[in-house]
Amino acid sequence: MDLSAINPALLLASLLVAATPILLAGIGELVVERAGVLNLGVEGMMITGAICGFMATIVTGSPVFGFVFAAIGGATLAFLFALLTQYALANQVASGLALTLFGLGLSSLLGQDYVGLKPPSTPKLDIPFLSDLPFIGTVLFNHDIIVYLGIALVALVWAALKYSRIGLILRAVGENHDAAHALGYKVVRIRVLAIMFGGACAGLGGAYISLIRVPQWTEGMTAGAGWIALALVVFASWKPWRVLLGAWLFGGVTVLQLNLQAAGVAIPVEFLSMSPYIITIVVLVIMSADKSRAPASLGRIFHASS
Amino acid sequence: MLKLEKRPQPSQTFAYLTPIFAIIITMIAGGLLFMLLGKNPFEAIRTIFWDPLFGEFAFYYRPQLLVKGGPLILIAIGLSLGFRAGIWNIGAEGQYIIGAICGAGVGLAFYPMEAWFIFPLMIIAGALGGWAWAMIPALLKVKFQTNEILVSLMLVYVAEQLLASMSLGLLKNPEGHGFPGSRNLKDYSSAFNDEIITGSGMHWGVITAFIAVIFAYILLNRHMLGFSIRLTGEAPRAAKFSSVNPTRLILFCLGMSGALAGLAGLFEVSGPAGQISIDFNTGYGFTAIIVAFLGRLHPIGILFAGLLMALTYIGGEIAQANLGLPAAAIQLFQGMLLFFLLAVDLLTNYRIKRVRKETV
Repeated sequence: MDLSAINPALLLASLLVAATPILLAGIGELVVERAGVLNLGVEGMMITGAICGFMATIVTGSPVFGFVFAAIGGATLAFLFALLTQYALANQVASGLALTLFGLGLSSLLGQDYVGLKPPSTPKLDIPFLSDLPFIGTVLFNHDIIVYLGIALVALVWAALKYSRIGLILRAVGENHDAAHALGYKVVRIRVLAIMFGGACAGLGGAYISLIRVPQWTEGMTAGAGWIALALVVFASWKPWRVLLGAWLFGGVTVLQLNLQAAGVAIPVEFLSMSPYIITIVVLVIMSADKSRAPASLGRIFHASS
Repeated sequence: MLKLEKRPQPSQTFAYLTPIFAIIITMIAGGLLFMLLGKNPFEAIRTIFWDPLFGEFAFYYRPQLLVKGGPLILIAIGLSLGFRAGIWNIGAEGQYIIGAICGAGVGLAFYPMEAWFIFPLMIIAGALGGWAWAMIPALLKVKFQTNEILVSLMLVYVAEQLLASMSLGLLKNPEGHGFPGSRNLKDYSSAFNDEIITGSGMHWGVITAFIAVIFAYILLNRHMLGFSIRLTGEAPRAAKFSSVNPTRLILFCLGMSGALAGLAGLFEVSGPAGQISIDFNTGYGFTAIIVAFLGRLHPIGILFAGLLMALTYIGGEIAQANLGLPAAAIQLFQGMLLFFLLAVDLLTNYRIKRVRKETV
C-alpha cells in the first residue's frame, strides 16, 4: 500500500471530472422536478446520450458535434417520456422505469459496432497564466470546457429559478398545477419543455462519461450514474447549488475509492467499488428527514378537466 | 377536436384489451426496427413468437418457456403486490442475487455431504436472503421516509459487487483451476434443483411460481391484507380513514417481493444456472417489472405475461442464432412493450371524446 502515490492536486482535479456527469444530469432533473414531474428515466437518457455522443464524435471526428448530438438524443428520449406522462397521462414512476429499460436496450443496439473504438480526445482549455499556477492551476484551470459548462449551468438554473419570470412560472407549475392552469399558464407545454431540458442535460452527462471520463463505449457504462443523479436532487433539497455540492461529494468518493484501489489498500476492490452506492443510501437517509422542500405537485398527473 | 374525458371507473374491457393492443403495436414497431436492421420483419417476428412454440425444434424450446418464465413470474408476483399499493421495489435484481448467494452458500457449506434436508435449507436461506435485502429499503422507508425506489436500486449495484466478490473469493470453487465461479451445483445432487419430470422444464422454482400465483390471487381477493393493499393503491385517502397500517403494508410488500425474488434467485442458481458466477444473473429482476405491468398487476395476468416474456427471451435467442439479430434488439423490444402498454393504458382510464370547438 502506498498512499503517498496519491497526489492531492490531481485527486481534486479528477474529482471535478468525476462529478461532472452526475452534476449535469442532476441539474437537469432538478428543473424537471421543480416543474412537478418525476422522471426516473435519467439512467436511460444518460446512456442514450453517451452512445449518441460517442457515435457522432466517431463519425464527424469532432467532440463538439458529439455533445450536441448527445443533448439531442437525450432530449428526444425525454420527449417520449413527455408524450407518455403529459399526453397519455401514464404513471410517472412506471414511465420512467420504461424509459430506462428502453434506453439501455436502445443504446446497446446502437453501440454494438462501436465497442473498442477510441474517440478523438476533447481538448482541455489552456488558460494562459491561470493554468500554470501551481496546485490551483492543476485543480481548477486545467479542464475541458464541459466541466465549466456544468458549473455555469448550475448558476444559470439558480438565477433563472430565483430571479426570472420563466423560473417563477416553472415553480408555480411544480407547486400547484391547478392554480397555474387557472392563471392561464400552459402547464403541459411548460412541463414538456422542462422534461426535454432535463433529457438534454442527462444526455450531455452521459456523453461526458463516454467521451471524456472513460473514454470508450461499453454496454451499460453509466452504471447507475443516472440513479445517483436522481438521489442528488433529493440530497440537494431541490436547490441548485446544493446539487453542485452533492456532485462534488459523490465525485470525491468515487475518485477516492478509485485511488485507493490503485494504491492497493487492503480493502477488497469490490467493497471499494460499492462505496459510492452505499454512501448515496446513507446520504439519502440523512436528507430524507426534511421532506418539506419537495415541489408540492411532484409526480402528480395533471389533467385539465372542466 | 378530440378531448380526453376521465372515466368514472377504469374500463374493464379496455383493462383486458390494452395488453393485447400493446403487444400488437410492439410487434409492428419491432418489425420496423428489425427491417431497419436489414432483417425480414415477418421472418423475425415469426422466429420470436411462433418457432419456439410450434417450429421444428419446439420440443426443445417449450420446456425453456417454463425455465425462463418461472423466475419472471415469481419475481413479478412479489413486485405487483407493492406496485398496487404504490410501494416501488425496483431492486428485485439485487434481492435475486442475494437470495442466490445465500442459498448457494448454504448448499456449498454442506459440500460434499449428501442429505435430504440440504435443499430445503437452501430454499429457506434464499428466501431469507432476498427478504433481508429488501428489508433495508423497507426499514429505511418506515423509519426515515427514505425513498424506496432509489435505495432498492442502489442496492442492486451493491449486490452485483458482492456477487463479484463471492464468485472470486469466498464461494470460489477450490478445484476450479483458478477460474471465477463456485462449484457447479449440478454435480452435487443434494443441492441440485433438478427437473421434476425430465424434459419438461418443470423444476421447483416453476412449482413455487405457480403456488405464488394462487397465493397472490387469494390474498388480493379474499384476504383483509390484500384488500388493504388494493385500497391504498386505489384510494389512499380512504385507506387512511379505514385504519390501514402503512408501516405494516410497506414491510409486508417489500419483504414479500424480496423473499420471492430471493427464491427465484436460489432456484435459478441451483438449477438452470448451476453456479454462482459474476454474471449468472440475466436481468430477470428488471424484466419482471415489465411482466408485472403487462400482467396488469393481476396474478393471472402476470402468469400469462411471464410466459409471453419468456417467449421473447427464447425467440430472441433463436433469432440471434439463425437471423443474426443482435441481443440488444430483443432488450429494446421488451422495453418498447412496456412503453406502448403505458401509452395505450390511456384508453382504460380515459375516454376519447369528439367535441365541437367551443366559442370562447
